[in-house]
Amino acid sequence: MSLMWSWLTDGSHWHGNDGVLLRLAEHLWYSGLALGIAALIAVPLGLFVGHTGHGRWLAVNLTGALRAMPSLGLLFIAYMWLGDHLRGEGAFLYPTELVLVALAVPPILAGTYAGVEQVDAAARDAARGMGMTGRELLLKVELPCALPLLVSGIRSAALQVIATATLAAVLGLGGLGRFLLDGLATRDYGQMAGGAALVACLALLVDLLLAALQRVVVSPGLTGKTARQPRVETRQAAP
Amino acid sequence: MTWLQDHWSDVFELLGQHVYLAGVPLVLGLLVAVPLGWVAQRLPRLRTPIVVGTGLLYTVPSIALFILMPSILGTGILDPVNVLVSMTIYTVALLTRTASDALEAVPESVRLSADAMGVKPLRRLFTVDLPLAVPVLAAGLRVAAVSNVSIVSVAALIGVPQLGQLFTDGFSRDFMDPLAVGVVGCLVLALVFDLVIVVLARLATPWHQGRTA
Repeated sequence: MSLMWSWLTDGSHWHGNDGVLLRLAEHLWYSGLALGIAALIAVPLGLFVGHTGHGRWLAVNLTGALRAMPSLGLLFIAYMWLGDHLRGEGAFLYPTELVLVALAVPPILAGTYAGVEQVDAAARDAARGMGMTGRELLLKVELPCALPLLVSGIRSAALQVIATATLAAVLGLGGLGRFLLDGLATRDYGQMAGGAALVACLALLVDLLLAALQRVVVSPGLTGKTARQPRVETRQAAP
Repeated sequence: MTWLQDHWSDVFELLGQHVYLAGVPLVLGLLVAVPLGWVAQRLPRLRTPIVVGTGLLYTVPSIALFILMPSILGTGILDPVNVLVSMTIYTVALLTRTASDALEAVPESVRLSADAMGVKPLRRLFTVDLPLAVPVLAAGLRVAAVSNVSIVSVAALIGVPQLGQLFTDGFSRDFMDPLAVGVVGCLVLALVFDLVIVVLARLATPWHQGRTA
């Protein structure tokens, strides 16, 4: 514990080419990119599945199967397949992003379609009765009502992605995982534990931020006391 | 796949380690989560601290937890106990809320009937509430089991042997066979854990026969 503190409180570990600040920025870049791509894939897909009911079986099973995928093995396989065809940093970045996106899609997809599915049938009927088209129904009723579960899907995806982005360092990329692996290689426990504590803090901080976002974007009429909301488990353990 | 034929016994040993590291925490985690969930359900004032507290544990990335464990437990960095305790913590983090929700979902009329028949609280927990909570608990346990199998493989990076070691071996030698065997092994193991839980849940709830859990 004291080794960790002395490593974290040493100012020289924070700046420069292999400092904490740079590694933090790299970590956020890998994670943010993957979350963005995953949201672009999973939200429209989830809205489609939830709205039409088509492909529900596939979405449920795909989500379950991807959950069982060991991310470390997937990363190495992606690297060995893609790495030979790519040059420069892309040879490491693309396989990493592929794995992170594969991890982030299932919780966002599950959150989105579950969110749309649990919309009160009476609200749907009312919207139809008011003359809304299918598109209006989706964007003005189903999407806002699905936001609580959609954002919790994004929260659990973010947790997973931030945890797994540490593995980028295994391929030689940066990110906070660097400290874990370099510390392990040089038997510097302070550095390892310091890096681990930083990843944990980052995950916690991002989760709190997204929880705050959830409060802001969700319509007040949906926040608990007035509405019945079945809870759907979209969380999954972070590797 | 001659590699697998040559290394069958090694792979089998790693598989055994994997079952131990992912399976034991499921049992330990369940034993901790159910009492916690029971307390959370019976004492509403404690519900939020318990559910939020265990939820926070969940945000700590596994590799960080594996590495921080030695400084908390005083173990060596290579000690498998670090992985065992970390995985138990994750299982508790996932299951406490589920356990509390599962007990909450027991119909009020059933609870009142039991009370009216003179069943004492602790006895009611074991003979009425818990059996009725089995389907929901089993659903949570399945999620925990599948993710445990996947998370344990990351422990290969800190040198604790299990199927994940095939990933690091294959990667360092640029050799696909062990990687493929490791991934398939993890997937099959996750499927087996899942099936075992489904079957146990069915056996524990004979009145659900014919319906899916």
